[in-house]
Amino acid sequence: MSGAHTPGGPSIGGGWAGTHAADEQHPEQPTHFAFDAESEAKVAALIKRYPPGKQASAVIPLLYVVQRQMGRQTGSAWVPRVAMDVVAERLGMAPIRVYEVATFYFMFNTRPIGRYHLQVCGTTPCWLRGSDDVARACREAGHVAGYGHTSADGMFTMTEVECLGGCVNAPILQVDDDYYEDMDYDSTVRLIDALRRGDRPVPGSMIGRQTSAPIGERTTLLDVPGE
Amino acid sequence: MAKVTVDGIEVEVPNGASVLQACEAAGKEIPRFCYHERLSVAGNCRMCLVEVEKAPKPIASCAYPVADGMKVFTDSPMVRNGRRGVMEFLLINHPLDCPICDQGGECDLQDQAMAFGHDSSRYMEEKRVVSDKYMGPLIKTIMTRCIQCTRCIRFATEVAGVPELGATGRGEAMEVGTYVERALTTELSGNLIDICPVGALTSRPYAFVSRPWELRKTDSIDVLDATGTNIRVDTRAGEVLRILPRINDDVNEEWMADRGRFSFDGLKRRRLDRPWVRENGRLRPATWSEAFGAIAARVRGTAGERIAARIGDLADAEAIVALKDLLGALGSANLECRTDGAAIDASRRDFYTFNTTIAGIEEADALLIIGSNPRQEAPVINARIRKRAISGAPFPVGFIGPRGLDLTYRHDWLGEGGATLRAIAAGTHRFNDELRAARRPMLILGRGALRRADGAAVLAAAWKIAAENGMLREDWHGFNLLHLFGGQVAPLDLGCVAPPDAPAPEVVWLLGTGDAAEVPEGAFVIYQGHHGEAGAARADVILPGAAYTEKDATWVNTEGRVQQGRLAVFPPGEAREDWKIIRAASELLGKRLPYDSLDAVRDRLAEAHPAFGSGFARRGCTDLAGPAGDAAAATDTAFALPITNYWQADPISRASDTMAECARTYLPAAPAMAAE
Ligand code: SF4
Ligand code: FES
Ligand code: FES
Repeated sequence: MSGAHTPGGPSIGGGWAGTHAADEQHPEQPTHFAFDAESEAKVAALIKRYPPGKQASAVIPLLYVVQRQMGRQTGSAWVPRVAMDVVAERLGMAPIRVYEVATFYFMFNTRPIGRYHLQVCGTTPCWLRGSDDVARACREAGHVAGYGHTSADGMFTMTEVECLGGCVNAPILQVDDDYYEDMDYDSTVRLIDALRRGDRPVPGSMIGRQTSAPIGERTTLLDVPGE
Repeated sequence: MAKVTVDGIEVEVPNGASVLQACEAAGKEIPRFCYHERLSVAGNCRMCLVEVEKAPKPIASCAYPVADGMKVFTDSPMVRNGRRGVMEFLLINHPLDCPICDQGGECDLQDQAMAFGHDSSRYMEEKRVVSDKYMGPLIKTIMTRCIQCTRCIRFATEVAGVPELGATGRGEAMEVGTYVERALTTELSGNLIDICPVGALTSRPYAFVSRPWELRKTDSIDVLDATGTNIRVDTRAGEVLRILPRINDDVNEEWMADRGRFSFDGLKRRRLDRPWVRENGRLRPATWSEAFGAIAARVRGTAGERIAARIGDLADAEAIVALKDLLGALGSANLECRTDGAAIDASRRDFYTFNTTIAGIEEADALLIIGSNPRQEAPVINARIRKRAISGAPFPVGFIGPRGLDLTYRHDWLGEGGATLRAIAAGTHRFNDELRAARRPMLILGRGALRRADGAAVLAAAWKIAAENGMLREDWHGFNLLHLFGGQVAPLDLGCVAPPDAPAPEVVWLLGTGDAAEVPEGAFVIYQGHHGEAGAARADVILPGAAYTEKDATWVNTEGRVQQGRLAVFPPGEAREDWKIIRAASELLGKRLPYDSLDAVRDRLAEAHPAFGSGFARRGCTDLAGPAGDAAAATDTAFALPITNYWQADPISRASDTMAECARTYLPAAPAMAAE
């Protein structure tokens, strides 16, 4: 991740660029945000988790509520700036403190994204196991120009992420909140086609392994001591 | 107390002190960027590394508490290496633009890189670039230079009380700014420039103007508000290029308000730089002797008691005493400094000063503010109140005045006018309980609150509140009048209060006051001042005076603290120091004043009021008798704040382009003129 990056460049989500002030002027920023009934119920429950006077602790969960609501309402799960102000107001915080949190974690998208967020893990174990193929499949099947881009039909946005903690089943492709594991070029293409059709294949291993058990048969704990 | 050995020197520091403080106590210099003694500790720059015996790695001394028996090394190979490494990392993303950087020559990074860094860089990759941020008309940002020490964020949040700055993004993409590109809403923004250790935040008006080593530095006093901020005026070739605060823990700590810092371009504009005399109804340029001649011709035929003087808000004590003596010699005691109509009772000094003192605010434990918005009237004093308010111990603040002001600290709005004041004076208001429960309660009465028909009643009511709620004691004086400008207390000390039965004047000498409103029709008006405002337009003779940066002069701040400013540049054109003008006039009027050196005037000052001869001391209050006025007579009228446009509140800032731009930025747009 070395090298210069231009602020306001094309990338999204990942904290590397585009999380900054320039966003404010972006045409896609809505001028209004309000929690809907579903979100309000969640917000009330979340705030109750923290002792009075410490509501600010709920800032991260509330930003997630915003992001999910945006996904529900607009098909693009992101956190607009006005929504950050709403969260700040609700929690009695200075707005800048919410901006800091929202831009720090790249799980919060501070710009609109596609319907599906394809998060390709490119860290060493996944890379050794073929994440380059997964990325290529995303680009080709999803018609996405590359990391940080969204397909012209608004269906897919690609982001490169660091280790997702699922290395045993590498390579991993995270779609929104779901992990698809043991991916290769073909299974990625199939997954993307399914998503485009509106299906949501069952997450987990694409080669049918049980959780993180070895591929094929067991390789350890073969003998029972004492027998 | 903990005993710590720093490089073999044993020092004792309080428990809980940081290692850095211990090193300073031992006289060792520790480089630092993020640490600032008036801000919270962040510990994020790592420049302050030192070695502590038995610690496996260097520690950040600013954030590490001392322990008894600790042995610290500030110049070991480990420390030197560590600092060099930190410096190398800091410089990786710092541009090499010192030649075009306004901080050059007074940059912590530059200095510390020289003292503690490597002689070269090993970094060959591309450097990061950050887009500049908008922080308002006063601050220029070059954010690629930012080393993310977060001092500015902490200053804005903690001292200024405007949590609008923050660090967004993370890692290499972290950027400091407001995120929403809005001007910071504070009257203290200039301090960000001082506090930024590098050239990321610099002064917009001073951009590319000068190098620090080209400047002549003159110590002076800011008079554009009544705080009495200690300043340094930086000049080059007879021109003021910038104004910076000096440290004075009793007054301004190390902060300064924006109007005082940035209005100096108004010193060059709309100046009166030569005498003028009115002839056949029109003002024409004149010589000094013509001007004095015109005055002498008129004064000679006038009865002494028909001569009056009005003293402006920015007048210095030397000029005032000279004018007073001159009028005295001519047979008049009709001098008036309360040209704004404030019903101040000058019969006792503590009726019109800020007796708790600015530093004393930190000892108070309850505060009542009456008809004043300290944030706009004295931003630095307001920062002190905020410092007290956020210090942890309870500090109820009651406020009488307009509703919904943001004072930067929590306050309890009690009401907007005299009714609330009367209730508290009667002891029946709920806030009386807070005051009675406090051990050191104080109140701040705005000078603006006295500028009304029932001003004397308001003053009396405020004093009554102080007297009956434990604010006036032998060891504590909680009654405070907050003045608006740096020249408002000295004339009160010198007794410039017109006798009530003075006859209507025929000759009026206006010393720097633009307020010619109550000058009677047909009177002969002498205007002495530096900026030609309304008073000058009405004048028959104009005597060009010196602004506060252009004279050796004495000022008294709202506390009653006597301070001296020095001449930084000469007055423009034929303008002269004010007391000298009066001294010269006295000669032509045949009433030669008995002093002809600054020292002699100052001796005369000390004789006129002891405050000018002795040092400043805080006083308690033993005499509870209050100022004249009937406390119960305060009317229900709401208190109107005297300053509605912070950036253009005095003749100097009104002439300043910088302040005009601030007013455009911060004030709601003026309603469009109705079509004719
Ligand atoms: S702008 Fe200056 S004060 Fe603020 S974080 Fe950067 S270097 Fe520090
Ligand atoms: S490297 Fe991809 S999940 Fe760990
Ligand atoms: S001064 Fe200690 S870490 Fe910055």
